[in-house]
Amino acid sequence: MFLILLAMSVLIFSGLLSFFCGRNPRRANVIGAGGAILGCVLGLIPAAGVLWTGHNHTLHRAWDVPYGSFFLQVDPLSAFFLLPILGLSAAAALYGAEYLIAYQSRKNLGGPWFFYNLLVAGMVMVTVARNGVLFLLAWEIMSMASYFLVTFEHEKENVRQAGWTYLVATHLGTAFLFILFLVLGRQAGSLDFDRFASAGAYGSSAMNLVFLLALIGFGTKAGFMPFHVWLPEAHPAAPSHVSAVMSGVMIKTGIYGLVRTLTFLGRPEAWWGWVLIGIGLVSGVWGVLFALAQHDLKRLLAYHSVENIGIIALGLGLGVLGLALNQPLLAVLGLSGGLLHVLNHALFKGLLFMGAGAVLHATGTRDIDQLGGLIKRMPWTATMFLIGSVAICGLPPLNGFVSEFLIYVGAFYGTGLQDVSISGATVVVGLAMIGGLAAACFAKAFGIVFLGEARSEHASQAHEVGFPMRIGMLVLALGCITIGCLAPQITAMVGTVVGTMPGLTGSNIQGHLAVAIGPLRSVVLTSGILLVLIALLAMIRSRLLAGRKVELSGTWDCGYARPSARMQYTASSFAQPLMNMFGVLLQTHRSLERPEGFFPTRAGLHTDTGDIFRQNVYRPIFQGVERFLVWLHWLQQGRVQIYILYIAVTMLILLIWNL
Amino acid sequence: MTTTSWLNPLAALVLAPLLPGIINRTKAFFAGRQGQPLLQGYYDLAKLLQKGAVYSRTTSWIFRAGPVVGLAAVLVALVLLPLGGAAAPLNFTGDLILLAYLLGLMRFFTVIAALDTGSAFEGMGASREVQFSVLAEPALLLSLAALGRAGQIGSGSRIEHLSNFLSLSWTYSNLSALAWMRNGTILLLVAGALLIVLLAENSRIPVDDPNTHLELTMIHEVMVLDHGGPDLAMILYGAALKLWVFCALLAGVLIPVRSSYWWLNAGAVIGGIFILGVVIGVIESSMARLRLLRVPQLLTGAGVLSILAFALVLWRQYGTLD
Repeated sequence: MFLILLAMSVLIFSGLLSFFCGRNPRRANVIGAGGAILGCVLGLIPAAGVLWTGHNHTLHRAWDVPYGSFFLQVDPLSAFFLLPILGLSAAAALYGAEYLIAYQSRKNLGGPWFFYNLLVAGMVMVTVARNGVLFLLAWEIMSMASYFLVTFEHEKENVRQAGWTYLVATHLGTAFLFILFLVLGRQAGSLDFDRFASAGAYGSSAMNLVFLLALIGFGTKAGFMPFHVWLPEAHPAAPSHVSAVMSGVMIKTGIYGLVRTLTFLGRPEAWWGWVLIGIGLVSGVWGVLFALAQHDLKRLLAYHSVENIGIIALGLGLGVLGLALNQPLLAVLGLSGGLLHVLNHALFKGLLFMGAGAVLHATGTRDIDQLGGLIKRMPWTATMFLIGSVAICGLPPLNGFVSEFLIYVGAFYGTGLQDVSISGATVVVGLAMIGGLAAACFAKAFGIVFLGEARSEHASQAHEVGFPMRIGMLVLALGCITIGCLAPQITAMVGTVVGTMPGLTGSNIQGHLAVAIGPLRSVVLTSGILLVLIALLAMIRSRLLAGRKVELSGTWDCGYARPSARMQYTASSFAQPLMNMFGVLLQTHRSLERPEGFFPTRAGLHTDTGDIFRQNVYRPIFQGVERFLVWLHWLQQGRVQIYILYIAVTMLILLIWNL
Repeated sequence: MTTTSWLNPLAALVLAPLLPGIINRTKAFFAGRQGQPLLQGYYDLAKLLQKGAVYSRTTSWIFRAGPVVGLAAVLVALVLLPLGGAAAPLNFTGDLILLAYLLGLMRFFTVIAALDTGSAFEGMGASREVQFSVLAEPALLLSLAALGRAGQIGSGSRIEHLSNFLSLSWTYSNLSALAWMRNGTILLLVAGALLIVLLAENSRIPVDDPNTHLELTMIHEVMVLDHGGPDLAMILYGAALKLWVFCALLAGVLIPVRSSYWWLNAGAVIGGIFILGVVIGVIESSMARLRLLRVPQLLTGAGVLSILAFALVLWRQYGTLD
């Protein structure tokens, strides 16, 4: 516990110090990033220790805030979420130290580091807090710190807009959390988490209410569809290392909150699982479809976070179904798949956002159709981005496959259980479809950005990024590879975390997990064979070509002698058939400029896919709210006398009502 | 893992290039031509392996890695592939997922290698390839899920060892003649779905025409336009092996020979694979390629067949669709 507190103090203290050194950007940078890395490493020690030994660390002190107590605990569930939070934040801090240098001439770098370190400390606090007041306090610190990071480039109109959307969305979500803790606290008579769990049986309606409140409140942070609208706005707007942290781990605190709430509630109801699976399917399929339609690299990645949160929800949904129907094997497979995907997504999404940031850093643009051919000028970044792409598509031998494999096995197993068969089949079909679409999307992202010829000046004059950024990416790429290679061991570790779920505490977790761990050993073996075969075939190929004529020439363009970079397939054309197929779900707006005359000089096609929920659901609602508030405008006359009159009248009414 | 089971992938390695030859001979027969030699696939490979290579200046190491990774992935897939009742060398719970995703890895690298050339034609092929796989993948996995259940219903056998549960070898070992008598409709639906997936994944008519002369209308062939020499040999060999994998999955359903002799089981399915080659030849001779816009409808049809099969499984198992 001491080390966790020390880590948080290091984070906050170095953040403050960096803030006051803001006039000297280099010093602010070194102190901020150094403090963040030191704090993260310090925090990783106890987190790893708890996962290793399985013993909880607890600190309980009185606190003179009403209903509050300074109650901290690191149990396996917290420790499991601390792992990606601290690991990714450290890598991103190293990356950010170089990334932010580009801004040093026009920005104060103390501010972003202060808020970055505060964000990390806030996320740590969220996962270890065991009191409602403390939790909400940490939650708000986390949200506000990330708001200031999102609005780092506040001189841009769209960044301010994104920040505003984020601020509204996150507070609407928090409002549900306030009610959630009120309901729980009312039942338990205290806001300490251990009392929530031991308060015993809640009534069925209270339990359902708590679940729905948690689903909306935490789901807004996690980015469940349809509560995701802030996500594709806010994540691209932030500096890239912050995007990595927000997309990789901050949204996972929503998943943490949801899982933590489930631990309070004892045996869940079956329909919760169905709701989670439904949300998972909607988020997964729609998220990746929207991603496919984007032309902005970071926005594309942000929508992929929605997709991956959907995959996590599919796993959790199967797990909840297993708990509800007393099928421990299903529960263990679903929950461990979902939780492992939390860790995996942190690694590859962090990596991909950093890759996108490196591209932005080098070319100054995020527009995929302006890029191309970067693999020759940025070989390091391209390789890292490729590793991230293969991992996020769930392809073997990397980590994405491992968690999807667990969820698949759970779903296939579910198809044989009477009450789960249709849900299981739906998850299988959904995951397969998401996998196909994700592969399409990353073939597009990687292929158009890094391969082919440069489509603009920006891309043709790019340069490779420096060592801090490369090492930040390398650490995460190695993480992806390691989990792929150590799949059985890592899954066993996730098993100890799943074992803390009520309803599974007594059961033979490792025995159930053996169903998946044995096969995962074979998966690792097959991956090994795959890598050996690749090496072997590459060797044969170079041996065959040695001493033969190997020429260079232009790309074969079917007889046309002078192909140019403009004739390449673009991201939009690559995605067009799929966009067309799912047109109903996307409502892409096309504006066509037709070629005119016999010798047309210009023609063009622009597509724009806005968020269907933002346009068709939230905009009308918020416009309605605004209209109502405008109607109340007559209350505001701007005269002090009238406001005093309001106060007096209110007091009078209250007095009369109470008498 | 028995030693004889390693003869499965070995058979594929040796016999797979024969399969396109059989298809081509069948097509030649229907067209009234002499046709190319049955062993043309082997001659092509031998010739290509002796050649040098020409690379586009636009390409990077991705273009060179594409064929290598693709061939390696499909080679590993062979290790998981049972031949009817003859179990695969490696079989474990969920190996069908690994098989499907290994083929996904192959596709991903073929597609990015195509995009690496910067050619609009190859981009077109790549775009179509990923589009059709989005529909083919769910149909394949749901068919296999239905298949796993169908072999077991009514046979009285329960899943005793979860370690075997859901492996391809376990699934296929249950598909005996008895299973056909009990659940023939389900198996027929699954076979239909698998056939469509086979035609789509291997770029055969009616999805793609391997003999077309217009790059604009191709899918697979146009993606590999720029490859030559040993790279092209790897691609051709990989494509033949992929065709073998899908034919084996389908023939394993259609040929219900489940004896206690390994050689009889494997031999029957290998015979079935070659008959499927003739069937594909007949399909290609008797119909034209679909318009590209129609292909998604065909693939949706495969999805619907697999959903129907799965619904029937539930019906047979529980007497209700709940």
